[in-house]
Amino acid sequence: MIRSITQQKPTEEIERLLKGMDRIFVIGCGTCTTLTRTGGVEQVAAMAESLSAKGKVITGTTVVPVACDNLASDILSEFGARMNQADVLLVMSCAYGVQTLGSQLGQMVVPAQNTLFIGKENAAGQFNEICTQCGTCVIGETGGICPVTACHKGLVNGPCGGTNNGKCEIDSNKDCVWTLIYKRLKELDRLDSMRSYKKPRNHLGEPSPGKFLIPEN
Amino acid sequence: MPSAFKKALDSGKFVVTSEVAPSKGTNLEKMAHHVELLKDKVDAMNVTDHQSSVMRFPSLGGALLVKEKGGEPILQMTCRDRNRLALQADLMFAASRGINNVLCLTGDSVMLGDHKEAKAVFDLDSSQLVAAVRTMERGKDMAGNDLDGAVKFCAGAIVTPEANPIEPQLIKFEKKIEAGAEFIQTQAVYDIDNFKKFMDYARQFDVKILAGIILLTSAGMARFMNKNVAGVMVPQNLIDEMAAAPKGGALKKGIEITGRMIAQIKDEKLCDGVHIMAIGKEEVVPDIMSAAGLI
Repeated sequence: MIRSITQQKPTEEIERLLKGMDRIFVIGCGTCTTLTRTGGVEQVAAMAESLSAKGKVITGTTVVPVACDNLASDILSEFGARMNQADVLLVMSCAYGVQTLGSQLGQMVVPAQNTLFIGKENAAGQFNEICTQCGTCVIGETGGICPVTACHKGLVNGPCGGTNNGKCEIDSNKDCVWTLIYKRLKELDRLDSMRSYKKPRNHLGEPSPGKFLIPEN
Repeated sequence: MPSAFKKALDSGKFVVTSEVAPSKGTNLEKMAHHVELLKDKVDAMNVTDHQSSVMRFPSLGGALLVKEKGGEPILQMTCRDRNRLALQADLMFAASRGINNVLCLTGDSVMLGDHKEAKAVFDLDSSQLVAAVRTMERGKDMAGNDLDGAVKFCAGAIVTPEANPIEPQLIKFEKKIEAGAEFIQTQAVYDIDNFKKFMDYARQFDVKILAGIILLTSAGMARFMNKNVAGVMVPQNLIDEMAAAPKGGALKKGIEITGRMIAQIKDEKLCDGVHIMAIGKEEVVPDIMSAAGLI
């Protein structure tokens, strides 16, 4: 299962974003931010309490099931009145949810989170970024492990000189993906795949912003 | 016309390169002084490119200064800050101004430097940059367009002989040679027996190898590198030797050790030369060379 991984913004930044807006409605998400404990029922309650303590008026709170889903009419029928009393919606979902709610509800939205990456849960409570949706997938030549994502520099021809004891130069808690790819390909007796020179990457997979329409038959 | 450095590499002599670091700011006096000090003693001087991702005067400008002072520059180029358009443009500029040696590097993470929030580029990697140099020498750019005037470089790259694990590093090393690297400057080597093993392997390739030598300035510095610098391993006996130096005599001891290692590499013909990195102590490079019996 993939999840949108978030981290709460520093308190000072949230305060700056809410400056001059005293009436706040807080919205959490029952999916990713509940799982990562950044925007579930408990965190929404704690945020409301903390903002109240700083003199803000909380007009209401809710945790919607899936903030990135089109649920505007459901939310509005239940909370529309209390939302309208607010100057701003403080959204404790990932940026997908913030943008979905912002465009549907027609009110000023402020994110309480930074959205870090789309992560795969590898162990309970541990998420790793393994794909950045680059549009030009290279993992057919790397034993099914993505160096574009999992190498800090996105290198496709092997490790840089900063790798140390199988770890990355920026963080000894992060694996050097080229050590992992080497081990995987060696196990599979496919090291030739690593030995072959890879041309500079094509960065024109899907020009940003991505857009896709299912073709009609 | 091959560069003076290329001629030195091909002459079969024991080649010595060193490093000069561009300044933080526009005052180039210190660098100019180091160039004057070293230009007639070493075969070429690497000009570092925002070393450790710390923003400085550009390596291209530094290489021009070396050239103006009558020295032989090796332009260090990392892939950290420029995409393929900017890298090709700078290669053309360098070639047009008589800078004809380039060391192709991937580059350190931006996070290690003094502008941690900057956007890192890494559009190319070191082996792809070497390949780009060769493409441009054939009068084409990386997109296959004709160049009105090609470039000419003696192109090199680096390797870390003490990396752990070593195998992925050696695969990358071979790719750099396949892409067209003519010379390799290694990360610092201290364990000569280990370096011999690396050279037993590396000798099969048609490439000149210059052993990287970092001047030890104290036992603490050696321990720091062991802990913090990837692929650098100072053996305990050298740390002990540094620690036993009399008070105020650590630098002298470091020069002695460095000179001794260079002399051994030269006498035993282990490789084609050395690359001396005296990080911040460029003043003593002549002393190191003298201790090694090179001058």
